Amino acid sequence: MNRILAASVFGLSLATSSLAYAEPVKIGVITTLSGGGAGLGIDMRDAFTLAMKQSGNKDMELVIEDDAQKPELAVQIAEKMIQGDKVDLMTGIIWSNLAMAVVPNTVAQDVIYLSPNAGPSALAGANCNPNYFNVAYQNDNFHEAMGQYANKDYKNAFILAPNYPAGKDALTGFKRYYKGALAGEIYTQVGQTDYAAEIAQIRASGADSVYFFLPGGMGIAFMKQYAQSGVGIPVTGPGFSFSQDVLPAIGDAAIGVKNSATWSKDLDNEANKTFVEAFKAEYKRLPSIYAAQSWDTANLILAALSKADVKDKDAFRAALKAADFKSVRGEFAFNNNNHPIQNVYIREVVKEDDGVLTNKIIATAFEHHKDAYAEKCGM
Amino acid sequence: MFTTLLIEQLLNGLQLGVMLFLMAAGLTLIFGVMGLINLAHGSLYMIGAFACATVAAATGSFWIGLIASLAAAAGVGAIIEVAVIRRLYDRDHLDQVLATFALILILSEGARWLFGSFPLYLDIPPQLQGAVALPGGGQYQLYRLAIIGVGVAVAAGLYLLISRTRLGMRIRAGESDREMIGALGVDIGTLYTVVFALGAALAGLAGALVGALQSVQVGMGEPVLILAFVVIVIGGIGSIKGALVGAVIVGVVDTMGRFLLPSLLALTMPASQATTIGAALASMLIYVVMALILAFRPSGLFSAQS
Repeated sequence: MNRILAASVFGLSLATSSLAYAEPVKIGVITTLSGGGAGLGIDMRDAFTLAMKQSGNKDMELVIEDDAQKPELAVQIAEKMIQGDKVDLMTGIIWSNLAMAVVPNTVAQDVIYLSPNAGPSALAGANCNPNYFNVAYQNDNFHEAMGQYANKDYKNAFILAPNYPAGKDALTGFKRYYKGALAGEIYTQVGQTDYAAEIAQIRASGADSVYFFLPGGMGIAFMKQYAQSGVGIPVTGPGFSFSQDVLPAIGDAAIGVKNSATWSKDLDNEANKTFVEAFKAEYKRLPSIYAAQSWDTANLILAALSKADVKDKDAFRAALKAADFKSVRGEFAFNNNNHPIQNVYIREVVKEDDGVLTNKIIATAFEHHKDAYAEKCGM
Repeated sequence: MFTTLLIEQLLNGLQLGVMLFLMAAGLTLIFGVMGLINLAHGSLYMIGAFACATVAAATGSFWIGLIASLAAAAGVGAIIEVAVIRRLYDRDHLDQVLATFALILILSEGARWLFGSFPLYLDIPPQLQGAVALPGGGQYQLYRLAIIGVGVAVAAGLYLLISRTRLGMRIRAGESDREMIGALGVDIGTLYTVVFALGAALAGLAGALVGALQSVQVGMGEPVLILAFVVIVIGGIGSIKGALVGAVIVGVVDTMGRFLLPSLLALTMPASQATTIGAALASMLIYVVMALILAFRPSGLFSAQS
């Protein structure tokens, strides 16, 4: 009898405790883990899972799926996660064309989506959404910084980017702050690997500098071919073109190149030191900007979870918006359109004593920078 | 200025064409002799590039890497032929496509498992670094000229192999009547393995050569494979000559389209619009050319089967 009583008391306590904690929080992560863009997605996933692991939070379930950098596949996975897995939050998408395919439909179904990388302009202005939080940047930001910085040295820039939403945002952002003339403007194919035709045009254009946005393998191919072409005009780019995931493959051709980013390994704050050390210890490589943004996304989620229940959407959205977490980028706040207000830095590629190529910060382009679309957002 | 740009772009087109020829020659040879559609040809290209990058990093010599790429691609090609492809000759094309598609997935994930997802570093050998002056005042990258040279040499070598040697005679015989040469006592199994390994080695060579220009990473073969299929469809399936002509057509049309279309459109519309539309049109140009050629020559320019 006593045993039965004890069992029922135990059972009751279980029931009440499960009321308090409810089910584990389910987070859907859709990212690029195969194909040419996999390096970016793997850094995203690794930093995210590491942050979750270090937090020691046990009431967390990650559903991670590979989108193979294909929009149609990402849409299917998102549907499955929302309808089948009943995820509470979603994150992970690297590429803007995939974000455009997935995010509007996801947030319309009242699922909160946190972007660890892509920040297409179409989602920052009039189409902003209370369920959409961009923890990374609005696509234009890095390029605006480099446009601003280019005014110092250059009068006739040649600019190129891939023909997809982030590519168009890139060149728009650059031109918003750059005051000089344009020697040429080219949109290349997404995934293109041979840039001989573009390099020939750069050579013939009489430009005094080249600005290119080519993330992942595209940037490696361009830089290697450019270095060999004998054109010799200085190149600049956003941090994506010279991020830690591609620098080893570009090699010494990248040394001395200036690029813009909101984060760098040497950014001096406590959270960043912890992050770089933890990432290096766990994965034996240096983190990229994608890893940094993803680490911040994970910590933002953890901070919000400690304040509000994920099932109480209004309270949880407010907790996210407060952005009460230690960002590896230093000061971080959300603007009215749920996009970051943050500093953008100019970095330079250097070779460290141990022969590893990496970036160091040489200037601050913008302090507390907001994106250009926020005022069109009705929130 | 415009003439030098034009010459440079023509050379770029030629270089792309030559690279596509190395891919397409193997593909068309395998189709011509064995009637097999090999989708995994792009994976052999990737294997060549990975072998070259790994061996070059370990030994410090690109040239040893290049030899390794030939050996690795030919070796993997031969193993694949014996283990998988051999069972597919009597099946229809759909089964072949399915099985070789499975091979793409297996080889890609295998490469990821062995080498990781991050691109490998492979640099141009020191002897071929830099650019050379062209007549007329332009400059051109020395390494790309070397690729054109290698492509021409391979084309000549293949011509001699197929028209002058016993192996070439058997390949030609295999193309015209598979059953008959078996009946005449030629060891058809060995012939198929040799042809498959030869095609694989050419793909591996292309991968290694291009790997030094681009990035060596998983999945690098598939975009090239699509272009190589366009080449053999234009050139006529099974014809080496067709592969050469088709490759040069595709290379030059693609390069010229990317360069000329946006400038042409800029005459009639604002520059930023012209670059967007021009880039979109340029990316479909080779398929338009392919459709036009097929409309007039349904079996391609030099069909071996006709």
